[in-house]
Amino acid sequence: MKMIIAAIKPFKLEEVREALTDIGVAGLMVTEIKGFGAQAGHTEIYRGAEYEVNFVPKMKLEIVVAADQADQVVKTITNTARTGKIGDGKIFVLDVSQAVRVRTGETDLEAL
Amino acid sequence: MNKLKLPLAAAALIALPAVGFAQETDVTPSNAEIGYILTTFMFLVTGVLVFWMAAGFTMLEAGLVRGKNVTMQLTKNMGLFSLAAIAYYAVGYNLMYPGDGWSINGILGAFSMTSLEPVGLADTETDLTYASVGSDYFFQLMFCAATASIVSGAMAERVKLWPFLIFVIILTAFIYPIQASWKWGGGFLQEMGFQDFAGSTVVHSVGGWAALVGALILGPRIGKYKDGKTIPMPGSNLPLATLGTFILWMGWFGFNGGSQLYMDTAANVADISRIFSNTNAAAAGGAVAAMLLTQTLYRKPDLTMILNGALAGLVSITAEPLTPSLGLATLIGAAGGVIVVLVVPLLDKFKIDDVVGAIPVHLGAGIFGTLVVPLSNTDASFFVQLKSVVIVGLFVSIVSAIVWLALKAIVGIRVSEEDEINGLDMAELGMEAYPEFSKG
Repeated sequence: MKMIIAAIKPFKLEEVREALTDIGVAGLMVTEIKGFGAQAGHTEIYRGAEYEVNFVPKMKLEIVVAADQADQVVKTITNTARTGKIGDGKIFVLDVSQAVRVRTGETDLEAL
Repeated sequence: MNKLKLPLAAAALIALPAVGFAQETDVTPSNAEIGYILTTFMFLVTGVLVFWMAAGFTMLEAGLVRGKNVTMQLTKNMGLFSLAAIAYYAVGYNLMYPGDGWSINGILGAFSMTSLEPVGLADTETDLTYASVGSDYFFQLMFCAATASIVSGAMAERVKLWPFLIFVIILTAFIYPIQASWKWGGGFLQEMGFQDFAGSTVVHSVGGWAALVGALILGPRIGKYKDGKTIPMPGSNLPLATLGTFILWMGWFGFNGGSQLYMDTAANVADISRIFSNTNAAAAGGAVAAMLLTQTLYRKPDLTMILNGALAGLVSITAEPLTPSLGLATLIGAAGGVIVVLVVPLLDKFKIDDVVGAIPVHLGAGIFGTLVVPLSNTDASFFVQLKSVVIVGLFVSIVSAIVWLALKAIVGIRVSEEDEINGLDMAELGMEAYPEFSKG
């Protein structure tokens, strides 16, 4: 099993969810986060005072799938979340050692 | 007119048996009373509108302070309005309108409590050329309370509750009424020919001066100015701030309209209508100017500046809402909006922390509005206007400074650093405005 962690632009969330559902992803976790990467921050002005916004709002997705499906998920997110402009986000893939469905006690692939 | 007379005649018929054989009773008020009735009624209605500005100030300030200080801002506004009502009754009204009872002629009014007409005007010969004392007192009290509201916004988020309220009592019992008597009570500024229709100087700049001196003595909020930079502290609720601005805008029709002081002739009613329209035009001009200017300077329009811009437009037209044309009123208001956008960052440069923009709006636009009265009112002279602005400014600033410094020395006016960082709501009140949300 693999976990795919993706930070994407918030307005792309719905599109990405639909694309993932279409390829058979059965569940995902979403968190509103802030962070910085290549985009770094930007400046805003409030009542005439300029200030730095160091952390940019993003959506974090966490998806656990069978190992052979991971590449497809990564490709789907990449294609859907891409705008071509700076700040599109990042994707990380991790190994997952165990999964348990709380209701039934099923484990691993059956729990996904 | 005929439509009106029929029911009156019917009412008279019904009343007949009660008066036995008396002649048919005419319940129509005498012509002499009609002006008194209408003017009194006008004061009551416009007074309620000005009262409602207290809600406007409260919502504006609640929206522009951070979430951890909202309950305190609401508490201060409830407290200041209620204390102003008591202070104005006990001292202020007769100090401001001494009639012939000046303690020092033209400078210091009478020291006595306010008393109203007896019930049903029993056994009095009423002067029917003006309005009832009750309505005049009610209307004028609302102006006095508005002055105190101005101060609370500028000193928000760090001033202690009780010392602030003590200042409010002194402001509304003495400072405001004394200087207002110089103009509206028939004192020496009135004699000099000073023109201030509804109080750009008498009300707004007075609140502004007291706010400026208070903010200077109090110092900026912790973390507001760091390494020569201004750190923004965004307001907690812009919908409330916007609602507050619209409430103030609405209340201003009463503020300026009622200041016509008479509604006993067609000419006066027409003038009140002009005032309503000009007041509205100036607010619109101020909002649009602030919107365009922030878009130009900062690439995005700044809502908080647009709100301040509308209010600055209103303050600017308050010194003379009657004589300008709609076009000139719009331009005067627009200039007020420009003043706000320029003065807000200027105050930050001098590290004067004015949380809601009370100083640019009420002091900046108040002075400006007073000085441009001669543009449309030929009775006004620029020099007299300027001289009056300076006299009132010096008086209010010096007395306010003495009061604030005394309070600072005796009880302290600022909360502790820890209390300020935790927020005044929890530190001074133990109560949050939005307990189900995280702290701002």
